[in-house]
Amino acid sequence: MAIIAIGISGALMLANLVRSLLPASSLVDNLSARIQSWWRIAVVLALASLAGQIGFLVLFAAVSFMALREFSAVAVSHPTDRHVSAACFFVLLPVQYALAGTGNVVLFTSIVPLTSVALVPVFTALTADSHAYLARVSERIFAIVVCIYCLSYVPALLTLPVAQDGAQLPLFLILITQVSDVLQYIWGKAVGAHLLAPHVSPSKTVEGLIGGIGCATALGAALSWMTPFGAVHAAAIAFLISLTGFLGGFVMSAIKRDFGTKDWSGLLPGHGGILDRVDSIWLSAPVYFYVVRALAVK
Amino acid sequence: MTAGARHLDGGIIQSSVIVSTRWFAGGCGRWAGCAPSDGTRIYIANHTSHADFPLILAALPAHLRERTSVVAAAEYWRGGKVRRYVAEQVFRTILLQRDHVALNQYAQMIAALDRGESLILFPEGTRGSGQHLQPFRCGIYHLARARPQVEIVPVWIDNAYRLLPKGALVPAPIECSVTFGDPTHLYPGEDKKSFLERISEALLSTGRKNGNNCYRH
Repeated sequence: MAIIAIGISGALMLANLVRSLLPASSLVDNLSARIQSWWRIAVVLALASLAGQIGFLVLFAAVSFMALREFSAVAVSHPTDRHVSAACFFVLLPVQYALAGTGNVVLFTSIVPLTSVALVPVFTALTADSHAYLARVSERIFAIVVCIYCLSYVPALLTLPVAQDGAQLPLFLILITQVSDVLQYIWGKAVGAHLLAPHVSPSKTVEGLIGGIGCATALGAALSWMTPFGAVHAAAIAFLISLTGFLGGFVMSAIKRDFGTKDWSGLLPGHGGILDRVDSIWLSAPVYFYVVRALAVK
Repeated sequence: MTAGARHLDGGIIQSSVIVSTRWFAGGCGRWAGCAPSDGTRIYIANHTSHADFPLILAALPAHLRERTSVVAAAEYWRGGKVRRYVAEQVFRTILLQRDHVALNQYAQMIAALDRGESLILFPEGTRGSGQHLQPFRCGIYHLARARPQVEIVPVWIDNAYRLLPKGALVPAPIECSVTFGDPTHLYPGEDKKSFLERISEALLSTGRKNGNNCYRH
């Protein structure tokens, strides 16, 4: 664990150093804000890791809460839906995280998704307001799946019966997705020429994607000691994590573009909202969870 | 109410209201048209929810919060024990009779401005549904005429009516935003009607330019 902390601090100090060498511009101001937010994220993750499983459960329950809050601002809803909305925050979210903490995979992967698919349509119909009904129901269910259900797989990693030192399994996921994100950005800025899908994500490039995912895969091999796997398996898993991370971010970009906004909120200066940070985790977390479970749990 | 007159409990409740507002609404302040300033200001905001004034207070830096009072309706905030406690002990408020705004009520606001404090004012006078801005009442004009040097800052609050609309008890958390626009003044010789129209338009354009007041419903 100490090695991870030293590694992350070292990387951020290097980022600070590089930033101080660059000439002043608005891009560098944004970079400074980003690095400062990264330090804060690193400190919060360190504290959660020290607190262990309960720390990760509380941290990600809070992250889910903030993510759902940001998503609610763009999702279609009517004033009549307020109680359905409040129930997502105050009932479904705590229930999902309590179940994720039990380590009972059947319970935590079924109860909340099934009840929301059943109850959101029912309670939305009970508002006696049928205008935009299907949009209200489906966007609410999508919000629950992305912001509550999928994100809860991160702390659930700590309940897997796998020998791990501290919170290495979730930290591996978080490190790989975030490093892949950052490197996609840097590779894109450095050698990017071909825009990937300008109408969905205006700055993502093919070169950035290949460079970022390639480097993250190599990092996965180097960090294989954080996982129950050897270098080759860890690299393959890191590849899968960065690819699904990219796809998750791509989906969330499409939603932002549809709504016409650049950032989900102003919570993390330089980055945007909490969803701008975890958009690469919601899809990769469940994939990673099931891969680890299939390969490492006997 | 001055800060000294407030109880310790009031201070604790105020902090918890601010913290829960941040949790339920995010509500980062966006300083689009001006920076936080120690100068005396009148913040004029659109009004759709009881969450409005905690949202503005939460968006202000803590040292400014301590010297900013909310102007609110007396008959409402004296209408029950809890409301009276909140208005008198929890937040710094100046309570006005909405129906007959007497001279001494302006005196209270002007005295606060002269002490270097800032005011939060909802010129619509009452909470709206969030669909349109209601016509402004004339109080802000008389205040601006009495103290023309005081900066008037339009503050657009987004989504507060979806967080906690009129009549609701349980908040439905949602990202809200508080956008501070370009400060303005009463121009020399400007009449009441054109002043009220101009600042109303300034508030709307703060929302259009910087807020996301085009949410789909």
